[in-house]
Amino acid sequence: MLITEEQAMIRDMARAFARERLAPGAAERDRTSRFPAEELREMGGLGLLGMLVPEEWGGAGTDVISYVLAIEEIAAGDGAISTIMSVHNSVGCAPILKFGAEAQKERYLRAMATGQMLGAFCLTEPQAGSDASALKTRAVRDGDHYVISGAKQFITNGRHAGVALVFAVTDPVAGKKGISAFLVPTDTPGYTVARLEHKLGQRCSDTAQIVLDNVRVPADAVLGEPGQGYRIALANLEGGRIGIAAQSVGMAQAAFEAARDYARQRTSMGVAIIEHQAVAFRLADMATRIEAARQLVLHAAALRQAGLPCLKEASMAKLFASEMAERVCSDAIQTFGGYGYVDDFPVERIYRDVRVCQIYEGTSDIQKLVISRNL
Amino acid sequence: MKILVAVKRVVDYNVKVRVKADGTGVETANVKMSMNPFDEIAVEEAVRLKEAGKATEIVVVSVGPTQAQETLRTALAMGADRAILVQHDGETQSLGVAKALKALAEKEQPGLVILGKQAIDDDANQTGQMLAALLGWAQGTFASKVVPAEGTVAVTREIDGGLETVELKLPAVVTTDLRLNEPRYASLPNIMKAKKKPLEVVDAVGLGVDLTPRLKTLKVVEPAKRAGGIKVGSVEELVAKLKTEARVI
Repeated sequence: MLITEEQAMIRDMARAFARERLAPGAAERDRTSRFPAEELREMGGLGLLGMLVPEEWGGAGTDVISYVLAIEEIAAGDGAISTIMSVHNSVGCAPILKFGAEAQKERYLRAMATGQMLGAFCLTEPQAGSDASALKTRAVRDGDHYVISGAKQFITNGRHAGVALVFAVTDPVAGKKGISAFLVPTDTPGYTVARLEHKLGQRCSDTAQIVLDNVRVPADAVLGEPGQGYRIALANLEGGRIGIAAQSVGMAQAAFEAARDYARQRTSMGVAIIEHQAVAFRLADMATRIEAARQLVLHAAALRQAGLPCLKEASMAKLFASEMAERVCSDAIQTFGGYGYVDDFPVERIYRDVRVCQIYEGTSDIQKLVISRNL
Repeated sequence: MKILVAVKRVVDYNVKVRVKADGTGVETANVKMSMNPFDEIAVEEAVRLKEAGKATEIVVVSVGPTQAQETLRTALAMGADRAILVQHDGETQSLGVAKALKALAEKEQPGLVILGKQAIDDDANQTGQMLAALLGWAQGTFASKVVPAEGTVAVTREIDGGLETVELKLPAVVTTDLRLNEPRYASLPNIMKAKKKPLEVVDAVGLGVDLTPRLKTLKVVEPAKRAGGIKVGSVEELVAKLKTEARVI
């Protein structure tokens, strides 16, 4: 797919920023789990945290293709930061933009679009992942307030977000239609970060368990209408999945480039190892797989930009790109030999960072389910 | 005060340049091109002067092929107000570019012309100096600090052995050195706005300028591959080699 001059300019800016400002500190952040507050502040200033939010709400107002190009580049610099960016844009800003009342947009979206406030998306629970209708968190009406109680699991930005979009059951007998979405400021009494997960990768991005202990919010904290929660939760599934697919491509690209450059300078038996056909062909396969995944991502993004259905295409892009990325990162390690397995080079970190792309925003198995039901 | 900034489209600094097989130049087909880094510093300085209220309008110009419009758009996204492309598909050389810039400077009447001290493709380091001479304006080259005042500009220059500050009468020509500033990344909202800013295309004939090259490139070759170092057995041997082989002492 050909991209426009403007899209290329956005990609190039994101690439330069990611290479110069994110990549150099990625290994250290992985080691220390330091939250990238300063990096996110810079990204907010550049418009990367409100890409799809229109200008009138302080966002950059770009199209979906520019968005996936930027996510890919940021992911190539630091996969963990691209997750924070992806969550914030696609399930932080997007639901408020689509379903929010003017006052909610004024209060949250304006600050979120420039990165002054981060968003978190609290759907998953310890016992309920992709099966969103099995939620146990309850919101009980009390006069002109709701009181929310429950636990939420694997919440990206859970500790650093200023606002959390919390899904809770308001009408237990109404099934999926009994779920409502609430905008909960994270400084509300009862909003507690119960634990931070120790993860295989993406360590500078906080993944929190959140306990909601009688969190009291006014009735106007409901996003959209009461009972609309399930619809809101599903509304940007495609956008989120395309974003994860783009992330996978970016991380795979970074691992590939590291392996290619290493193969050009490492010598064995008197020549650079890229002159050995076994190594050269492996690199050719890696580049080809990455490009195939990138085209799936861009195609799904183009469909979404045009307002066309893309449920299947988004799932295919996510499934293919995330599985491709693990394979490519593994091949990158293989290219480095023993040095690929130690942390002197970035490929072992990228391999760990990219693994979760097959899990979050719907596992590979769920993507296959979606695809198979749309054959 | 209006500022005129000149930018050049060059092979991206991250690209490892390759000499064409026939030795006529370097490969530019399918090679990433971007704004000359010294010119980025020039654009950044102009934008900072405008933000500080020292400048009112920034006009960015380039001499080059149609694709140089992309480079101009980048400058517009960084904060320049409008752009002029002197479209020219052939080789560009310092004197021709300086003449084109002189014609534009006479038309636009800027208080300051800022340009990179050199372009990273030919490393000529001549255009700014030639432009100042052609215009009969003062010049402050290799600037690491630029402070405009009423009718003058103080330019701190990076010279051998230290820094030199000169005060120039405006209008003047300033060429930028690396330490002048650190160019910003164009923000997404500004990239979106850049496409709405005016970009005028003119040609050399329209400006009454002759861009015909005055220099002929005979041959372009790769630099010799660096040979590996050697170990010497003694100080005497080292001194002998420095004398007879390296001929540095």
